[in-house]
Amino acid sequence: MKRAFHIFAVVTAVLLAYALYQALVVAPTEQTMGDVQRIFYYHVPSAWTAFLLFFFNFIASIQYLTEGKPARRAVNWIVIAIGIVGAIAPFIPQVKQQLPVGMYPSSVATTALAIAGLYFLIGKLFSGQALDALAVTTAEVGVVFCTIVLVTGPIWARPVWGIWWTWDMRLTLTLVLWLIYVSYLVLRRFSDSGQTPVLAAALAVFGALDVPLVYFSIWFFRTQHPQPVIGGGGSIDPRMLHVLLINWLAFSCLAFLICWSRYRLEHLRREVEEAPLC
Amino acid sequence: MNLLWSITLATLTKDIRLEWRSKDALNSMLFFSLLVVVIFSFSFDPNAEESRQIAGGLIWVAFLFAAVVALNQTWARELRNQVLDAYRVSPAPANALFMAKALGYFLFVIILEAVMTPLFIAFYNLRALGSAWLLIPVAILGTWALVVNGTFFAAISLRTRSREIMLPLLLFPIALPAVQGMVEATRIILSGDGAARPWIVLLLTYDVVFTTASLALFETILHAE
Amino acid sequence: MNSLKYLYAAYIATWLIHAVYLGSMVRSYARLRQQMKELGKGEK
Repeated sequence: MKRAFHIFAVVTAVLLAYALYQALVVAPTEQTMGDVQRIFYYHVPSAWTAFLLFFFNFIASIQYLTEGKPARRAVNWIVIAIGIVGAIAPFIPQVKQQLPVGMYPSSVATTALAIAGLYFLIGKLFSGQALDALAVTTAEVGVVFCTIVLVTGPIWARPVWGIWWTWDMRLTLTLVLWLIYVSYLVLRRFSDSGQTPVLAAALAVFGALDVPLVYFSIWFFRTQHPQPVIGGGGSIDPRMLHVLLINWLAFSCLAFLICWSRYRLEHLRREVEEAPLC
Repeated sequence: MNLLWSITLATLTKDIRLEWRSKDALNSMLFFSLLVVVIFSFSFDPNAEESRQIAGGLIWVAFLFAAVVALNQTWARELRNQVLDAYRVSPAPANALFMAKALGYFLFVIILEAVMTPLFIAFYNLRALGSAWLLIPVAILGTWALVVNGTFFAAISLRTRSREIMLPLLLFPIALPAVQGMVEATRIILSGDGAARPWIVLLLTYDVVFTTASLALFETILHAE
Repeated sequence: MNSLKYLYAAYIATWLIHAVYLGSMVRSYARLRQQMKELGKGEK
C-alpha cells in the first residue's frame, strides 16, 4: 500500500509541475484581462475540488446517520430515484426547454448518475467508523481547498474588476460553505469523541439543506440589487479549457493524495486513542 | 399524536411556570435587549430615508444577538439541574421535548422583540411606507427560523466545551439565508419599494425544511453517546 | 505588467496554504508515531 502511495505521489508531483507549466507558459494570454487571468487555472479547479469533497462529506454523513436504521432504505430509494429521474428527464422536450443556456441534457444526466453511483460506491467501501473518518477527512481537505478559492478569488478580482469582494452568487455560496464547514470542524474539535460523529453528521446534513436556500436567497437579492458578476459565463477558448482540465486533473490527484494521508492519519489517531492505557 | 401534544404542552407549561416564578432570566434579558437597542441607536444614527433602508438589518441583528443570549441562558439552567439526563431516560418522545423547548423559546424571544420594536421605532422614527401588517408574518416566520435551529444547535452545543460560543458559531452560518430574508423583507416593507412576497416564501420554506430536519434528527442527537 | 504581482501572489498563496496543511499533518504523524512507541514500551 505504501508503495502505491509513493508512486502516486510522484505521478501527482509531475502532473502538478506540468499543469503549472501549461498554466503559466502554454495557455494563451487573455485579451481583456491579461496574464492575471491565469489565476483562473488555480482558482476554478480548487473550487470544483472543494465542492466535490464537501459532497463526499455529505454522503458520508447521511450514511453514518442512517446506518442500520430503517431510514437507510428510504434514503437508498431516494438516491436511486434521483439517478433515474436525472438520467431521463433532461431529454424530455418540456424539461429540455427549461434548462439554462449552456447546460446540456447529457451533462445533467451524467451528474445525476454520478451522484447515485458515488453514493452506493461509498456505501460499499466504507461503513461505521470508517465513514466518520471519511467525513472528517473530506471536510478538512475541503476547507483547505475552499480557503484557496476564497483567497485567490479576491486576488484575481482586485486588478481585473477593481473590487476585492462582491456578494455575487458564486463568491457568497463559497463563503457560506466555508463558514458551515469551519463550524463543522470546530464542533468536531470541541466535542467529546464519543458523540462527535453523530453531532457532526447532523450538522453536515443541516449544512447541505441550507445550500439550496442560500442559493435562492442570493438569487432574489441579486434580482433586486444587480451587481457586477465576477468571472462571467460564456464560452471558453478550447485551448484554455484544455489547460483548465489539466490543472483540474492535477489538483484532483493532489486532493486524493492529501485525503489518503489524512485518512491514514485519522486511523492512526484512533488507534492511539483506543489503545489500552497502563 | 395526542400523546405527543400533551407531553409537549406539559413540558411547555412547566418551562413557562419556571420562568415566570424566577423571572430572573426574563428581567435580565429584557434589560439586555434594551441596552442592545440603545447601543445600536447610538452607533448608527441615520436620517429618515437611510434608516428605512438599514433598520431591517439593525433590528434583526439585535434580535439575533438577544435570541442567542436567551438560548444560552435557558439551556444552562437545564444543565444545572440535570434535566437533560432525566429527559433522555424518560420514555417521552424526544420530539415532544424539542417542540416544547422550541415553542418556549419562541414565546420568550417574541416577548423580547415586542419590547425592543417600539424602542427601535422611537429611536429611529420609523414609519412603514409599505404594508405594515406584513411585518407580522415576517416577525413570526423569522423568529421561528432562528429559534428552531437555535434549539437544535443548543442541544448539540450542550455536549461541547465552550458551549456558549458554540451555539452562535453553529447557528450563524446556517441562519444566513433566513437572516437575509428577514432583513430584506423588513427593508422592503419599510421603504415600500419592491415585493416582500418572495422573501416571505423563502422564510416559510426555510422554516418548513429545518423544522422537519430538527424533528427528524433530534432524537438521534439527544441519545448520541 | 503591474498586475503580474497578483498572479504570483495567488499562486504562492495556493502553495503556501497547501504547505501549511501538509506540514501540520506531518507533525501530527510524528507525534502519533511517538505516542505509539511509548504505548508499545509501556505495555512491555
